[in-house]
Amino acid sequence: MNFDFSDDQKQLRDQVRKFLAEKCSPKAVRVVLDGKAPYDKELWKGLAEMGFLGVAIPEEFGGAGAGHLELCVIAEEMGRANAPVPFSSTVYLAAEALLIAGSDAQKKKWLPAISSGEAIGTLALFEGKGNPSPKNVKLTAANGVLNGFKRPVADGAIASFAVVAARTGSSGRDGDISLFLVDLKAGGVEVKSLTNLDPTRGQADITFKDCKAEPLGAVGEGWSILTQVLDRAAVLCAFEQVGGSDRALEMGRDYALDRIAFGRQIGSFQAVKHMLADMYVSATLARSNSYYGAWALSTNAAELPEAAAAARISATQAFQHCAKNNIQVHGGMGFTWEFDCHMYYRRANAMALGLGSLTYWEDQLIDRMRKKNAA
Amino acid sequence: MNFDDTPQEAEFRAIARAWIGANAPRQYEDELRKSSLGRTVLKNANILEVAKAWQKKKADAGWACLHWPKEYGGRGSSPIERVIWQQEEGPFGQLSRMFIIGHGMCGPTMMAFAREEHKRSYLPPLASGEKVWCQLFSEPAGGSDVAGLRTRAEKDGDDWVINGQKIWTSGAHYSDYGILLTRTDPTVPKHKGLTMFFLDMKSPGVEVRPIKQASGASDFNEVYFTNVRIPDHQRLGEFGDGWNVSLTTLMNERSAIGAAVSTGFPELFEYCSSLMLDDGPAIEDRAVRSKLANWAVKASGLRYTSMRAISALSKGERPGPENSIGKLVAGSMIQDVATYALDLQGAAGVVSGEDAELAGRFQAMLLRAPGTRVEGGTDEIMRNIIAERVLGLPGDIRVDKDVPFNMIPTKGR
Repeated sequence: MNFDFSDDQKQLRDQVRKFLAEKCSPKAVRVVLDGKAPYDKELWKGLAEMGFLGVAIPEEFGGAGAGHLELCVIAEEMGRANAPVPFSSTVYLAAEALLIAGSDAQKKKWLPAISSGEAIGTLALFEGKGNPSPKNVKLTAANGVLNGFKRPVADGAIASFAVVAARTGSSGRDGDISLFLVDLKAGGVEVKSLTNLDPTRGQADITFKDCKAEPLGAVGEGWSILTQVLDRAAVLCAFEQVGGSDRALEMGRDYALDRIAFGRQIGSFQAVKHMLADMYVSATLARSNSYYGAWALSTNAAELPEAAAAARISATQAFQHCAKNNIQVHGGMGFTWEFDCHMYYRRANAMALGLGSLTYWEDQLIDRMRKKNAA
Repeated sequence: MNFDDTPQEAEFRAIARAWIGANAPRQYEDELRKSSLGRTVLKNANILEVAKAWQKKKADAGWACLHWPKEYGGRGSSPIERVIWQQEEGPFGQLSRMFIIGHGMCGPTMMAFAREEHKRSYLPPLASGEKVWCQLFSEPAGGSDVAGLRTRAEKDGDDWVINGQKIWTSGAHYSDYGILLTRTDPTVPKHKGLTMFFLDMKSPGVEVRPIKQASGASDFNEVYFTNVRIPDHQRLGEFGDGWNVSLTTLMNERSAIGAAVSTGFPELFEYCSSLMLDDGPAIEDRAVRSKLANWAVKASGLRYTSMRAISALSKGERPGPENSIGKLVAGSMIQDVATYALDLQGAAGVVSGEDAELAGRFQAMLLRAPGTRVEGGTDEIMRNIIAERVLGLPGDIRVDKDVPFNMIPTKGR
């Protein structure tokens, strides 16, 4: 049994960590947090040069042709550094959708541009409140023309293209939904930035008005493709959440060692120690569930849907738990803008919603476990 | 990343599987498979006899205490081979329960501290299950704070004379030998005045009394010592070094990797899959699904954490500290799971025993659960261990650390 990353993959992790420690310090994150830039362009460029953006993209499409395990390793480090770049929307959502359903021409057009950092992609799925569901997709597509509204679209204001979920039928079934590729720089698109919980990753409204679009995948296959994309992204996001959990736990631990109150290190109080021990427990469960997700993703196993849902739930809970208790360990200082604790709190809670909320994934997990038991 | 055996592991697995297939007591397989939560009961046989017979059979063929050296009754196997054996032994591993303390704690302590002639004479019958051992550490005044124990050992010629009381001793009533932690010097701080021995449980002056637990069952005992004599050559480690010796024992307790911990989740999921509530199937109820999903990811998280440790063993590495979370997570989870299973039954959940839903399985789980959060280290001690040994946080400030044991304030003085 070798349920672990390989030595090469661990070396990659060290390399990414070192790179991000240099290029993505909390100070750099704060430039975006404070609204002085929509994302860190220099970092994005650097990630492209290092080959990290296209790590799971085949070489024929301009990528490094490594695999999803390598991408998981990078994702963890991106989460740990709270990187203010459109990595998840471009790499986990847009690129994966293209890899699953794109035509050769579509792949040739967008994947090399993603690898080189020229194109930022995203997925436009949600239309206001609610979780992923075919019935929540109201935006229509007719004769290759889209009309409707999406909210929120992650990194929508800086994206060059979007994968858009649209209604092409009205039977009440999954087959009513199709996916389209939209060049956001062409006409028929109106984008508006939104304030959101985590300013280090933008959210936007996008209105499509007689917008020309090309189908991504077969008509009526949209929901099935989307489900696969969300499962893959769930695993990859879980690694970001695991990285964030570990960092939040470390911050809390370091502060508990450093801070003196009542004449002793606060980390010697059991109320504080036990809180940190419980954070370690959550982070460990999340890591182990995510490893299983990584295995299922990298081998395209039949277990992926169940593994992805479990990783998603476990990592979401862990990141939220570690981020909020990191602030608690810090006390009043943790609630200042100056301390970095809130960046992880913001990221944790934004990530908890991005691919659909916990309620949705809990439901998915039980459905998938039942399916497996029935089989 | 994969779940495959290496060629050597696969070969070992095949040999183990074939031997178990040809030799295991198949007639008890069903009952063993269904037993859960620390209680193994056979309807038509004496579990003790069945367990001893299986252990002896394994020992005769070289399958007992795999990781022990051959000269002490083991097989000299690698840690990963031991895990593979456990996986293959499956439900028959339930029969090893009565030997866990002896094999997991007493044996390693003997190996580290006993005289060579004692190791050669005592360890093989311990490995083969012919002799059963118990561990006598906890006392009414020393549970989590085990170094606060009061059982006295006083030198008298070449012997030590023991007086005092132990509690929570698993299997004392069927044990032949035990390792015993005593206080040999009350005038020095508590950790420095302890000494370890092993003794014959049939020695005059040893009295074993079962404890009736809150669950109504009796899995543990109190053991009273009245002028019990132990020869000095049965001392384990130096005079006053008992605390360090006991750490060896306890480290071994916590290093059991690959052993499945009960969470109650598979039982609850199965139950909910067929249960009908007033409004329809439980498994389609939103609230039920949310609860199940939350426990599902804890159960799977523990499963894959254990696989990460096994992978480290497979590579010949030391597993990381992740495994320390198992008991902490599983202990409170099984209690919550049982509580919820009864909640789903409504008022009828109050009925226990044979007349109850599923013959009272979840009721029994509920009543046993408080013990799992205490035995082998309370939840609080487990959190301290994680905080101090894994996260590197400072130990608690100990007011009794440098005080002679007989000057430490107690309730009585």
